[in-house]
Amino acid sequence: MDHNYQKDISGCGLTGLISTKKRMIGGADIVKSLCLMNDRGNGLGAGYAAYGIYPKFKDFYAFHIMFDEPSVRRTVEEYLKNNYKVEKVEEIPTFPVKAISISPLLVRYFVQPLKERLVGEIAEDDFVVNSVMKINSEVEGAYIFSSGKNMGAFKGVGNPSDIAEFFRIEDYSGYIWTAHTRFPTNTPGWWGGAHPFTLLDWSIVHNGEISSYGINKRYLEMYGYKLTLLTDTEVVTYLLDLLIRKHGLSIPAAAMALASPFWKKIDEMEKDDREVLTALRQTYGSALLNGPFSILFGHGKGLVGINDRIKLRPLVAAVKDDITYMASEESAIRAICPAPEKVWAPRAGQPVIVELED
Amino acid sequence: MFEIDAAGIYYRDLNARIREALAKGEKEVTVRNVNGQYYIGDGLSGNATIVLEGVPGNDLAAFMDGPTIRIKSNAQDNIGNTMNAGKVIIEGNAGDVLGYGMRGGKLHILGDVGYRIGIHMKGNKKQSPTIIVGGTAGDFFGEYLAGGLLILLGLKPDGPIVGDYLGTGMHGGTIFVRGEVDKKNCGAEVGILDPDEDDMKVLKNALTEYCADLGLDIKEVMSKKFKKLVPVSSRPYGNLYAY
Repeated sequence: MDHNYQKDISGCGLTGLISTKKRMIGGADIVKSLCLMNDRGNGLGAGYAAYGIYPKFKDFYAFHIMFDEPSVRRTVEEYLKNNYKVEKVEEIPTFPVKAISISPLLVRYFVQPLKERLVGEIAEDDFVVNSVMKINSEVEGAYIFSSGKNMGAFKGVGNPSDIAEFFRIEDYSGYIWTAHTRFPTNTPGWWGGAHPFTLLDWSIVHNGEISSYGINKRYLEMYGYKLTLLTDTEVVTYLLDLLIRKHGLSIPAAAMALASPFWKKIDEMEKDDREVLTALRQTYGSALLNGPFSILFGHGKGLVGINDRIKLRPLVAAVKDDITYMASEESAIRAICPAPEKVWAPRAGQPVIVELED
Repeated sequence: MFEIDAAGIYYRDLNARIREALAKGEKEVTVRNVNGQYYIGDGLSGNATIVLEGVPGNDLAAFMDGPTIRIKSNAQDNIGNTMNAGKVIIEGNAGDVLGYGMRGGKLHILGDVGYRIGIHMKGNKKQSPTIIVGGTAGDFFGEYLAGGLLILLGLKPDGPIVGDYLGTGMHGGTIFVRGEVDKKNCGAEVGILDPDEDDMKVLKNALTEYCADLGLDIKEVMSKKFKKLVPVSSRPYGNLYAY
């Protein structure tokens, strides 16, 4: 695949949930929620991300890697052996599904960077990011599509129910889940292009179209990110990594950089806010996401939902007990939570930020 | 009264059953356990009443031409697209893009609504569409309004009654807002007036039916001052491509 390919447009359905008390929720719920919105996608991509699924290996980075053919596996494993302590290797359990006739080889590795490889000042997570970028851009036919700790993404070409059955999503339990059904209109529906898009603990599902993809891509490339997955959503993942992990922005500040208030609104603000927002927009002009989007992003400590600034894609949130739900449609929430305590439609550009209790 | 249990039924099958019931002459159809099924009531004509229990899916009552749909809970996006006649009563909140290009009939919503409500709605000498919202609305309320009536009540506002870009591009029709309207949230074409006696008759007439549908007290609804929004220039872009 040519990773310089410029554009993708997709219309999709997404859903996610978080138990702030870290209660383990079986995969059946998220599958049921997503399958209700089956018709928002067209069978060319579906996926799930879950947090808390690998408690036995929670100190190791869980690399989920797809190989187009077995021969590239050797190249990647050679690289991993030279740079990481590999605690465990196994094929990701899959189940034969009639509708999925071809799939890449899917293997997961629980790894830690070798101490002697962390030369200079490089932080462990930067080392991991570099590895992901290196493999995805340099090894033809190999993609690390999940690289966080105690979390994982499972995705591919198929309908939500087929992909769920294929990866046995119901066998996993986690305290944060996100899921996505895809309707790609401008790029191939391929395994790497399904959502969620992940890097370290970040996982992103997205409905819409990032029209600023070109600007965002070039901006990210200046910081060493390599955009290899041919889909607009990939920029969101790396922007969050850059703004929050690397530059230390808070989640609300990062959300405001990605979906900034319009200048008209900023001009109406009190002096302090006006100055902060002006500085944020000037600094992160190239990180601004333009075009329609509703996005859910999971991370190690919580779940966030956000819309574009003029609400060009739907997003509904609901709360029941310790669980917050967010989805493209209210009915997708009610499919698994028939009587929520509160249901609301978040306003344009206003993030819904939910964090795990300590 | 005819009943359908919609639990787990795919939208195509559910809509086929509703159509079948109407074709047999049923005048009142109650559909229980609705959740997410799309396209309910689309293109239906006649004068039957369909009662929905549960949250129906997107694109309800598109091109509808006569029936009444009562939704006893919240509703989703894109209701009443290009609807021609009939009525949709929503006893909860509803989503974005309601009444897009609507040309007749009524949407009566008790709760809050999302963005782009009543955009590009139009009327003519014979018929005029009406949308009445009991709660609050997001941005682009009545954007590109070409005709018809939009009434926003803000009965229990939890925040601003309406968002930004109110009536932007409006060149026909009327918007009434129960409360104050800030000029800076309106499109440049929008004039803000105090309603006159005739306007109050229009309001009372529309709201009497709305209150009857949703069990509200007309006196209380009419007790607060309204603002009237109209386009201050007609066809402002009429010559845009003419020279």
